[in-house]
Amino acid sequence: MSAAFVQEPSTEELPARRPLDQDWRKLLSYGLLLALVMVFVALTNMPVNLDRRMLIEPIFSMGYLSLFWLPAVFGLVVCREPVLAGMPSYAKGSREVLAGSLVGLIGGAGLSMLTFLLDNFNLREPLVNWSPQLLELLSFRQDTAFGIAIWLPIGLVLGTFGGLAHLFSATTRRVLSWAFVSVITFAVFETVILDLSEGFAWLGAEWVVDELYFIRGGLTMHGAAVLAVAGGLFAAFGRDRAHRAKESFQALEGTSRTRANAIGLLVVAAALVILPLFLGGITNELLANVGLFVLLALGLNIVVGLAGILDLGYVAFFAIGGYTAGILTTTNRGESWPDWMPQFYWGTALVFVVILAALAGLFIGAPVIRMRGDYLAIVTLGFGEIIRLLFLSDWLGGYTGAAQGVTNIGGVQVFGLATVKGTDPRAVFYLVLFFCAIAIYVSWRLERSRLGRAWMAIREDESVAEAMGINTVNAKLMAFVVGAVLASFSGAILAAKVGSVFPNSFIILVSIVILVVVIVGGMGNIAGVIVGSVVLIGILGGPRQPGLLQEFSEYKLLIYGVLLIWMMLKRPEGLVPNVRRTRELHQDEYLQDAWLRGEIDTDSEHTDDSHSNGNTGVLPA
Amino acid sequence: MSGSNGASALLEMRGVNTHYGAVHILKDVEFSIYPGELVCLLGGNASGKSTTLKTLLGMVTPTSGDVLLNGEIVTDESISYRVERGVTMVPENRRLFKRLSVKDNLELGAFLRSDRSAIDADLERIFEMFPRVKERLSQKAGTLSGGEQQMVAMGRALMADPKVLLMDEPSMGLAPALVQTNFELIKQIHSQGVAIFVVEQNANMALSIADRGWVLQTGRVVLDDTAEALLANPHLRASYLGET
Repeated sequence: MSAAFVQEPSTEELPARRPLDQDWRKLLSYGLLLALVMVFVALTNMPVNLDRRMLIEPIFSMGYLSLFWLPAVFGLVVCREPVLAGMPSYAKGSREVLAGSLVGLIGGAGLSMLTFLLDNFNLREPLVNWSPQLLELLSFRQDTAFGIAIWLPIGLVLGTFGGLAHLFSATTRRVLSWAFVSVITFAVFETVILDLSEGFAWLGAEWVVDELYFIRGGLTMHGAAVLAVAGGLFAAFGRDRAHRAKESFQALEGTSRTRANAIGLLVVAAALVILPLFLGGITNELLANVGLFVLLALGLNIVVGLAGILDLGYVAFFAIGGYTAGILTTTNRGESWPDWMPQFYWGTALVFVVILAALAGLFIGAPVIRMRGDYLAIVTLGFGEIIRLLFLSDWLGGYTGAAQGVTNIGGVQVFGLATVKGTDPRAVFYLVLFFCAIAIYVSWRLERSRLGRAWMAIREDESVAEAMGINTVNAKLMAFVVGAVLASFSGAILAAKVGSVFPNSFIILVSIVILVVVIVGGMGNIAGVIVGSVVLIGILGGPRQPGLLQEFSEYKLLIYGVLLIWMMLKRPEGLVPNVRRTRELHQDEYLQDAWLRGEIDTDSEHTDDSHSNGNTGVLPA
Repeated sequence: MSGSNGASALLEMRGVNTHYGAVHILKDVEFSIYPGELVCLLGGNASGKSTTLKTLLGMVTPTSGDVLLNGEIVTDESISYRVERGVTMVPENRRLFKRLSVKDNLELGAFLRSDRSAIDADLERIFEMFPRVKERLSQKAGTLSGGEQQMVAMGRALMADPKVLLMDEPSMGLAPALVQTNFELIKQIHSQGVAIFVVEQNANMALSIADRGWVLQTGRVVLDDTAEALLANPHLRASYLGET
């Protein structure tokens, strides 16, 4: 967590504590928590479901990984203490290792217990995953006694390893973690790497891939070894250089910084344009899906991140975009439409989409905008559902196809040259990319505009913003409208891509997932929102799309939830923090730290000069 | 009444009654503020001080009576209309935009102005008045010390180029040493020709710098006199200064 403000104690002068000088209560609670989490994971059936996915053939599957990482992490975390300046600190030693071992052991005992219970009782009634397969997996396909016995040493070893990590030097820790991470990454992202290798076959990529991966999936033993060594070597030698490059980049100021940023942006843009040419269908499809969510998340980012309006019904605008584009471009329109209504080109339809979405933003926004906080969130939640139910209703069914939705939607005609539709994911990706570029530009400009400043003022303190003369109602409505239009673009592309829209493409879960993307990425941060979409939608999958880790589809909501809670507790600034925002959010810790060091002036001692460069007086002479 | 007799009032309340629902808050409140004056409104809790301010700025619309700005009736005009014409408020407890930079805070004060060169000139004027604000320009407002935050709050209000500054309880929630500094700041701003209307519970402090004052009791103006006379008023001393 707040690493920036926690001082790393220098290990040399500090005394170590004796191994038995433990906080036993904490050990026990961490151990029991670990046991509980491991049993919970086992009973979600994650290990059994993921067992088919081999990471390293033939010894290690993703199923076991889902259990094994827990004791190691708990073993590490149990002795992690924030060291504030002024607090006594100790060197890490055998005490930490013992603590890790004990926590791992208790956790392992939890799974031993589960193995025993699985064999002797049948609780399948409430617990659907209480299955022989789970028992088989937990006992490593040996007899039950072996399973019961083996989890204790497994927990012990993994926990000890976690504890040992405290003793490693920074370099060792880095080398080990990079070796481990590179093996896991290559194993987990097998699909995309195979897909990539086809595009780069002329570089001999296929030969490399054939060596790395086993035919039926999973890394080969020697492939894993090579990756581990490569990762370790990079951490030991290459990383420093990368780090220095990053630092010298961050040290740039003024125009050279702007230029460096521009060059970086150009490189990324060029890569995004060129790379899809080498990618296969699966990856391009995935990228297009991610792009649709980038559009949505950028729109919601304006509403939530900039203007601070917690809109839980954002899917409504996505639906309006999808339905409008769908109805106007389909050959199979609902029977209530008059015969003389023409079938539009997608580009023409987009004009109506924008107009309708903006109007919808105004109509939904107007009553909602006068509320604040929780009330606003609840009401928008309602509106999101109302729009979907309207599309589903008998009343509008003649126009919207009710439960059957709108089908036979035409693709996007590009100047009569080509038609972009779902069968060509690469073209769809380029279309999405184009609109994302527009959205990014609009967000970036708005953030720096007068309106953007008004939004931020409203987010910070609405009453004061009003007292400054900002027309808060108009500004908030504008946020709603801009957000609505961006979402409607995404909906219109979705309609053309999939060729059909249904009411259940626009369930409330979509709103929630977009919000999670924005929060996890970092509210009010364009780059963060994009990274959030890539990580959540690309890797885990969206509400209706599988991600890279298709095996995790069943658990993605669970993982979203865990991620969201963890982010709120440890990294409220999001995945891509900007330095200043991190400071704001960790301000309390920072101030506490500074206060302990005696560097801070409180209100009662305004003449304290320790951080004001000797300018002591509040007033100028 | 003393001071600016003859000149026309800058800001004026005429027989203002304000209700929150059925509750009658301000009862026939009448007073006027003249250009360049420093005046204060005193009163205990729930006497209607903040409502008076809100009515002046336009956050609350009176049920009857009028608010006049430069002799023009602005009772039904918006806040931004009044801010553009020279009324600005320094809210209670400073209320800076804590997660925005000091620069952004100041710029937001000038939100309704578009004369870039004049805005920049005003920024320079504020830096001259508060050099420490300039040092902290790119810092988040929430990370400043209490005294610095107070300067930014005043600077933000001055960025609107006000003719009259409405200050809601400037001493609220501040340590005694800071209260003193704060009133020094107010005097300093006043010396630049801005009329100031201070709403305070700290009667002693407010009256020590003000020209004139009113005392509000349950929504009614019960006393209206020069600052010296009010300070000498035994009734006021008893009820507001805690003397017997």
